[in-house]
Amino acid sequence: MASRLMALWDWFDSRMPSVGEEFRKHMSEYYAPKNFNFWYYFGVLSMLVLAVQIVSGIFLTMNYKPDAALAFGSVEYIMRDVPGGWLIRYLHSTGGSAFFLVVYLHMFRAMLYGSYKEPRELVWIFGVLIYLALMAEAFLGYLLPWGQMSYWGAQVIVNLFGVVPFIGPDLALWIRGDYVVSDATLNRFFALHVIALPLVLLGLVVAHILALHDVGSNNPDGVEIKKNKDANGRPVDGIPFHPYYTVKDTVGVVVFLAIFCIVMFFLPEMGGYFLEYNNFIPADPLKTPEHIAPLWYFTPYYSILRAVPPLFNSQFPGVAAMGIATLILFLLPWLDRSPVKSIRYRGVYYKSALAMFIVAFLVLGYLGVKPTTVWGQFGFDAFFLDTKDRATWAARVCTVIYFAFFILMPWYTAQDKVKPVPDRVTM
Amino acid sequence: MRKLLAALLFAPATLLAAGGDALDPAPIEPRDLVSLQAGARTFVNYCMNCHGAQYMRYNRLTDLGLTEAQIFDNLMFSADKVGETMKVAMSAKDGKAWFGVPPPDLSVIARSRGADWLYTYLRTFYRDEKSANGWNNKAFPNVAMPHVLWKLQAEQSTVQYDITVRDLVNFLVYVGEPSAQSRKSIGIVVLFVLGVLFVFAYAMKKAFWKDVR
Amino acid sequence: MSDNQKVDKARRNLVVATSVVGGAASIGAAIPFVASMLPSERAKAAGAPVEVDFSRLAPGELGIFEWRGKPVWVIRRTKAMLDSLKAVTASLTDPASHSSIQPEYAKNELRAIKPEFMVVEGVCTHLGCSPQLKTAEAKAEMGADWEGGFYCACHGSKFDFAGRVFRGAPAPTNLTVPPHTFLSDSTLLIGDDKKGA
Repeated sequence: MASRLMALWDWFDSRMPSVGEEFRKHMSEYYAPKNFNFWYYFGVLSMLVLAVQIVSGIFLTMNYKPDAALAFGSVEYIMRDVPGGWLIRYLHSTGGSAFFLVVYLHMFRAMLYGSYKEPRELVWIFGVLIYLALMAEAFLGYLLPWGQMSYWGAQVIVNLFGVVPFIGPDLALWIRGDYVVSDATLNRFFALHVIALPLVLLGLVVAHILALHDVGSNNPDGVEIKKNKDANGRPVDGIPFHPYYTVKDTVGVVVFLAIFCIVMFFLPEMGGYFLEYNNFIPADPLKTPEHIAPLWYFTPYYSILRAVPPLFNSQFPGVAAMGIATLILFLLPWLDRSPVKSIRYRGVYYKSALAMFIVAFLVLGYLGVKPTTVWGQFGFDAFFLDTKDRATWAARVCTVIYFAFFILMPWYTAQDKVKPVPDRVTM
Repeated sequence: MRKLLAALLFAPATLLAAGGDALDPAPIEPRDLVSLQAGARTFVNYCMNCHGAQYMRYNRLTDLGLTEAQIFDNLMFSADKVGETMKVAMSAKDGKAWFGVPPPDLSVIARSRGADWLYTYLRTFYRDEKSANGWNNKAFPNVAMPHVLWKLQAEQSTVQYDITVRDLVNFLVYVGEPSAQSRKSIGIVVLFVLGVLFVFAYAMKKAFWKDVR
Repeated sequence: MSDNQKVDKARRNLVVATSVVGGAASIGAAIPFVASMLPSERAKAAGAPVEVDFSRLAPGELGIFEWRGKPVWVIRRTKAMLDSLKAVTASLTDPASHSSIQPEYAKNELRAIKPEFMVVEGVCTHLGCSPQLKTAEAKAEMGADWEGGFYCACHGSKFDFAGRVFRGAPAPTNLTVPPHTFLSDSTLLIGDDKKGA
């Protein structure tokens, strides 16, 4: 049996050797640092969730109807009448949130250990592009259930494009294909969600991994393992990705799947965060729900949008701030002037800046799901108080911290007192 | 950090509560078939005059321990095949003419409103001479719907009426997601399998990583 | 046996064990996806048994009813039609319907519960076209020895008035008789042979 399989492999390999070559290049002879920790699971988990989304998405399209009159009903049809349909739908809805969770943790890892720094700038840029494509994919997909939140979320976001100077109104009209979000919008969002952006995402993921494997993985010490090679030219601190990290990632995948399944089988709505309550009401173009908020993964940016005051009666500054908040991520490799990569050897400046950034990001995310009145109002009046909502002012402070983290980075990373980096990785 | 997470997790509950008076927790039991059957009876006798559950099929009610013949004889008034969905005979247009708003479909009402809201709503109708139909509601001020269950409320003791509403809400929660019970039982099996897989995967990782120093 | 080989053996066993459990889990995970492609509750409801009224059929007339999206024929056979069945037996592929699909109660020469009424799916067993009724008068078109029956225009299969296929036709078996039951002298339930629904 085993020898037969080997013979079959030899037959295949002699005719198409590139499969084996690629496997060696990216798996069995790809040397990864041996000191990966907990934070290094989220790359493979992102790929896993991508696969889950693609497979569950394919099966959802078999029964979903991208038609304003039928969409809401077709989702309930999947939930009730299609055998196993509810499971496939919950996989996809839970997977959407899980995707952002693992991607955010993956990005945080890069910031902890300086994985975006030279020579990995391209890896980071492809990563940010993946993040942007993912946001677009999530936004487009969220319209498809055609519930109240789907509808009004899309209405509001598309109108954001309307405040762009000069071309805004025409741009919004072009995106919608109608004067309001309508059947035409649903149909085109469906097309973009199920084929256009998945292709973009897959291409970017391939680019991300190829770029990574060309320069090699970073690690929690930020030490370049390629600088220290043995007689055979293998990094002393490296181990073959396969089998060592394939078996380790298998454990991580199983643990992740268990957590994923706990949510999917027992808390599929996640208290209204993964499936919003108002989205179980069919879209009604004549009636806006009282409180609309985007899904949790967009709320930090939504908070920034709300926090920035209008200028000359134009909402454009808020929209621009929101856009810049995402685009500024591209510049990270060049803003960071620190001689060391890992947080382990950085000084107190970067550590406190990162901590404040994370807190600001989480507070912005929290405020984004709440009405601006959540923290009440100031009890006094002053000329500079354009609004007395405490939450709006808190969001403004956090927005300033968010941008200060990036804008001041060249200064505080250069000033920081760093510790000496060891020659070898530490276990 | 932990407090923040807790606040994040429970935010929607506080948000709903902020909308009006505190809601009474609905003492529903999704596995109580007798309660679900009673709720189904109330639903088809009272609610289905105006509201439908257009995504719910009659024959799915076999989940509640009923046979198709029982469903056909006791619960079906406007449909003639058990495979049909629980549609309402009244058209949306008529509903709009009579009540000002078409009565909403109730297939997923429990998923948008929540069991506690429904339980509170159906128990807090009061007489109001100023409203068009003579009724008003504490949980849903100026609601267009009259108090359809008023006769039941008048005939039954408060305790009995609460049970009637509890059963009805229990049924609406079931209708909102008929697969909820099988979802949970499948979930337990899946977690068990993943637990077994974890044991082997972890042992395998340990065996390989022995060489890494 | 050296230490190295021992370690390798332990690893090998664990890889096999993990793969087996993981493989089984993957097959389990595939179940909902495979199942989702089966007929849904809506399709099943639409495919539920249908009650048809055949009282208006004149002798020799063909009534076409829909069940699961397929044409189901009810033919009120005349004496002449029934007599023709005996005459053609010798030229049939499967005269006793051994390899054809029909309920047990229709596995007889007339392929029917009541000789007068033939209930059969109007779908050719070759590639699924719907044959046409050709009475015995159609001899000019069907040949001098044509006693009446059905003709599939797609690939030329011929059937008699019991839906039995003639030899030399591409259709391999007789037309399928669906499960059915007579509810009264005028109504018939197609798709279910138990009483009631």
